[in-house]
Amino acid sequence: MSADKIPHAINMDKLGRHSNNNNDALKPGAEKPCLTANNLNLYYGEKQALKDVNLVIPEKKVSAFIGPSGCGKSTFLRCFNRMNDLVDGCRIEGDINLYDDNIYAKGVDVAELRRRVGMVFQKPNPFPKTIYENVAYGLRLQGVKNRRLLDEVVEKSLRGAALWDEVKDRLHESALGLSGGQQQRVVIARAIAIEPEVLLLDEPASALDPISTLKIEELISELKNDYTIVIVTHNMQQAARVSDYTAFMYIGELIEFSDTNSIFTNPKNKQTEDYITGRYG
Amino acid sequence: MDKNLGHHISQQFNEDLEEIRSHVLAMGGLVEEQIQKATNSLVDGDIALAEAVIKNDTKVNKAEVNIDEECTNIIARRQPTASDLRLVVAVIKTITDLERIGDQAERVARMGIRLAEQSDSKINYMEIRHMGERVALMVHNALDAFARMDVDAAVEVAKEDKIVDVEYDGIMRQSLTYMMEDPKTITQMLDIMWTVRAMERIGDHAQNICEYIIYLVKGKDVRHTSIEKMEKEALKKR
Repeated sequence: MSADKIPHAINMDKLGRHSNNNNDALKPGAEKPCLTANNLNLYYGEKQALKDVNLVIPEKKVSAFIGPSGCGKSTFLRCFNRMNDLVDGCRIEGDINLYDDNIYAKGVDVAELRRRVGMVFQKPNPFPKTIYENVAYGLRLQGVKNRRLLDEVVEKSLRGAALWDEVKDRLHESALGLSGGQQQRVVIARAIAIEPEVLLLDEPASALDPISTLKIEELISELKNDYTIVIVTHNMQQAARVSDYTAFMYIGELIEFSDTNSIFTNPKNKQTEDYITGRYG
Repeated sequence: MDKNLGHHISQQFNEDLEEIRSHVLAMGGLVEEQIQKATNSLVDGDIALAEAVIKNDTKVNKAEVNIDEECTNIIARRQPTASDLRLVVAVIKTITDLERIGDQAERVARMGIRLAEQSDSKINYMEIRHMGERVALMVHNALDAFARMDVDAAVEVAKEDKIVDVEYDGIMRQSLTYMMEDPKTITQMLDIMWTVRAMERIGDHAQNICEYIIYLVKGKDVRHTSIEKMEKEALKKR
């Protein structure tokens, strides 16, 4: 693996670990950075949940976060659209940039940020409305009333979420009548209807059966043509299947971030190795 | 690479990996014995021993098929990653080379029978014995390095292959001289050339196995590179 193929910058020297080849900046010609976390520390009250995390997430790629429960991967994911703001006692140091914008700067419109950075959760959470209204929800919030425009976006989003053919004849039935996998794709359609730049997926397939899971994974690889995708997953094989880059986190620290092939065939760090091979460290 | 295959949370996985590893070593032991017996049968003109070697090759083939199946099962059921994955890949490749070594030993035995039947001349046999012993030792040491996941030893074995090549060239040249001196020896010399060619191939296969060991331990593919490059990768700290 040549150094110039690794798009990220991790500076782990402070932690006394050897990091990947390039420590500071992206190499020219490598992928464009989309999200950048700089010296990110996060505390829930007294407890530190993220420790000095530095990471660059490349644009229009799938980056996966893996790690044992409680390692901070979901917490980290939620930092990218400031979902942690909603948690009492949560304090953040350091910053995160979405392209050139510091999303933790004063005066950032969080609603606008969340429009740019969409999120899908583990459990499908469609609204108790029709399929159509679920997908059109974001646009209606933005005040769009033009029926033709709404129709267009709903179709495009459902097609984008690989669901159109399955639901086109019952768009005006309740979304709650769909299967779990279909519901999750409705939620993804709802997220992409407002054309975000980034999609955050928090274990999007862990409540689904294997076939629905594969459909979601297939969808993820389609979506990366248009969106930067960050996915948290407990399923390592899923990370191996869908992601371009994989980050391994352990007790609040980013241990290793590298291209997925390297992580799963020849990880540099022993903790990563122990985790992905299922050894106790 | 953790020298210990164990420490998986799944005890069964530990056992599965340990099992393929020990089966490879057992297959290697069998192959090593085949080379020695084939060489002895040729040098001593022992047709019965040569026939036994030829018959035993099916055991080597069977071992390859069985280990391949075990590896397939591990991949299907465990989805090995990182060093576990590299172990399974290295095993699959190693047994292919071991099987081919077995074929070459069989070839030596067949040549032994032909030579025993056609003449009683013992020219060159000392060199052949020496070369046979050397490649058998290479295979032995390669397997030893595999068992101990010892990259330094693997590099040493790979270096040996150069010496085998020199010996091979020597015997070839000598055989050519005999053939030019006395065309009646051509048939016999050709058989000898085939024999040392088989032995030289065994050395190459042993070198391949050493390359897989470096891949297994260091995660670096050193095939089709120089010995120097191989040594550099082996010495590199991970």
